[in-house]
Amino acid sequence: MKSFFRMSYPYILWIAIFIVAPMVMILLYALSRTGNSTLTFQFTLENFTKFFRDATFMRVLFTSLRIAFLTTVFCLLIGYPAALFIANLSERAQTMMVLLLTLPMWINMLLKTYAWRGILLNFDLESEMKVFIGMVYDFLPYMIIQIHTAIAKMDRELLTASYDLGANKWKTFRRVTLPLSVPGIISGITLVFLPAVSSFVIPKLLGGGDYVLIGNLIEIYFLQAGDWNFGSAISLIMALIIIASMWLTRKLDRSEQEA
Amino acid sequence: MKKKKTLWDRFASGYLGLILLFIYLPIGYVVFFSFNESKSLTNFTGFSLRWYENMFQDSTMLQSIYYTVVVAVIATVVSTVVGTIAAIGLSKSRKLIRTIVLEVNNLPVMNPDIVTAIGLMLLFISVKMQLSLVTLILSHITFCIPYVILSIMPKLRQLDDNVAEAAMDLGATPWQALIKVIIPQIYPAILSGALIAFSMSFDDFVISFFTAGVGINNISMYVYSMKRYNPSVNALSTLIVVVVTLILILVNLIPYIRDKKIKKEEP
Repeated sequence: MKSFFRMSYPYILWIAIFIVAPMVMILLYALSRTGNSTLTFQFTLENFTKFFRDATFMRVLFTSLRIAFLTTVFCLLIGYPAALFIANLSERAQTMMVLLLTLPMWINMLLKTYAWRGILLNFDLESEMKVFIGMVYDFLPYMIIQIHTAIAKMDRELLTASYDLGANKWKTFRRVTLPLSVPGIISGITLVFLPAVSSFVIPKLLGGGDYVLIGNLIEIYFLQAGDWNFGSAISLIMALIIIASMWLTRKLDRSEQEA
Repeated sequence: MKKKKTLWDRFASGYLGLILLFIYLPIGYVVFFSFNESKSLTNFTGFSLRWYENMFQDSTMLQSIYYTVVVAVIATVVSTVVGTIAAIGLSKSRKLIRTIVLEVNNLPVMNPDIVTAIGLMLLFISVKMQLSLVTLILSHITFCIPYVILSIMPKLRQLDDNVAEAAMDLGATPWQALIKVIIPQIYPAILSGALIAFSMSFDDFVISFFTAGVGINNISMYVYSMKRYNPSVNALSTLIVVVVTLILILVNLIPYIRDKKIKKEEP
């Protein structure tokens, strides 16, 4: 039984090669002069300065953050009441609703996005609006499921206790249900914001060629321009922004709980 | 009071109805237009099955289905086996090693797909591996294993170590203890891990797009690279919707039927 720990060795080797090494490669490429492979490593920060000095790149970054932020806010605003209403259903109906919400998640995202392209042909909308609808559509179920899980886990007795102590529905929601659902909100935000900010399929399929987000930029530098060093730098910048925003979300959550 | 409550309930059901309508709108849309006689996506001119016929004659599309299924099956089998072994090993490892490995294991789950994708692409190219079906499968295995481990780990934690110890005290070899005692206890978690792995692989676009060789397209890549609108995609989507629905019904129905059977047999 003790010797079972050896069973993890092959996987430790696997993650060293296929998870750790690729991350190191991105870092090395990002810090290396354009056109250099990692074998002839020449340290530079110019890939990063190039990005931050160029107004076009900054605009792309800003657009990506804006649409990801708007998508997250809308998913939360639409999703929260839905999660709350589902949690109030009978147990059987809840299982059914969760199943109905998860089913489309198993269907290929590209096919669903492609379907939206067909639907949106009927309307005259701006590129950004189309991308926004596609993103809200794609990520909403994740938000609802996360929040619903948090609310469903809550001890129902707490609500009864709150009513018994004289709180009305609104006050009970604000002081009991809402704070207890915060972990669900946080993981919901993570599951929406993260893929939204890095998405490059939805903008490409729904926004047309002129709508470029940071994910599209990475694709362009990797597959069309062939500048892997700059492409790596952009993806590092994106990863850092994501980590920073996740950290900020957690921090806000903590300070709120302390208050 | 009672009247007020029913009004609120009605609002809640209406709201949930609208959400479902929104979520099923594109799915209903493709199913509906897959039977359209004409190419139009805005006018339904009449019922026909021609896009289904077209689909089965379109060799590039059939090939993309073939690649998707082959990659998903191989990635699922390998990642389920490797993930299960790794998870059992990790549950018996020292805490520090376990924590570090699980943190690294989480990277592909937390990282944006595009970062995982370019990382793997840079790795393959750096070791002079030509992008091919092999690199595609290796990449899929890499991002599938973490989901298998994440699905099995919580179940392993609940496991009573003493049962496997007892089996070995009674003369079972470690291998027998593994196969006859541990695996059967975590079987449902392995199965759901495999299901997640399969669907992750089946639906993947971004990582495949960066790590597959020239001429190797899965369904997502085929749809992405389509120059002109092809209504056969609607037929394909419809078939996928039907298959996914059937699988999900089966997966959810089996435990339900089993429970009923047990309840019936109990008294």
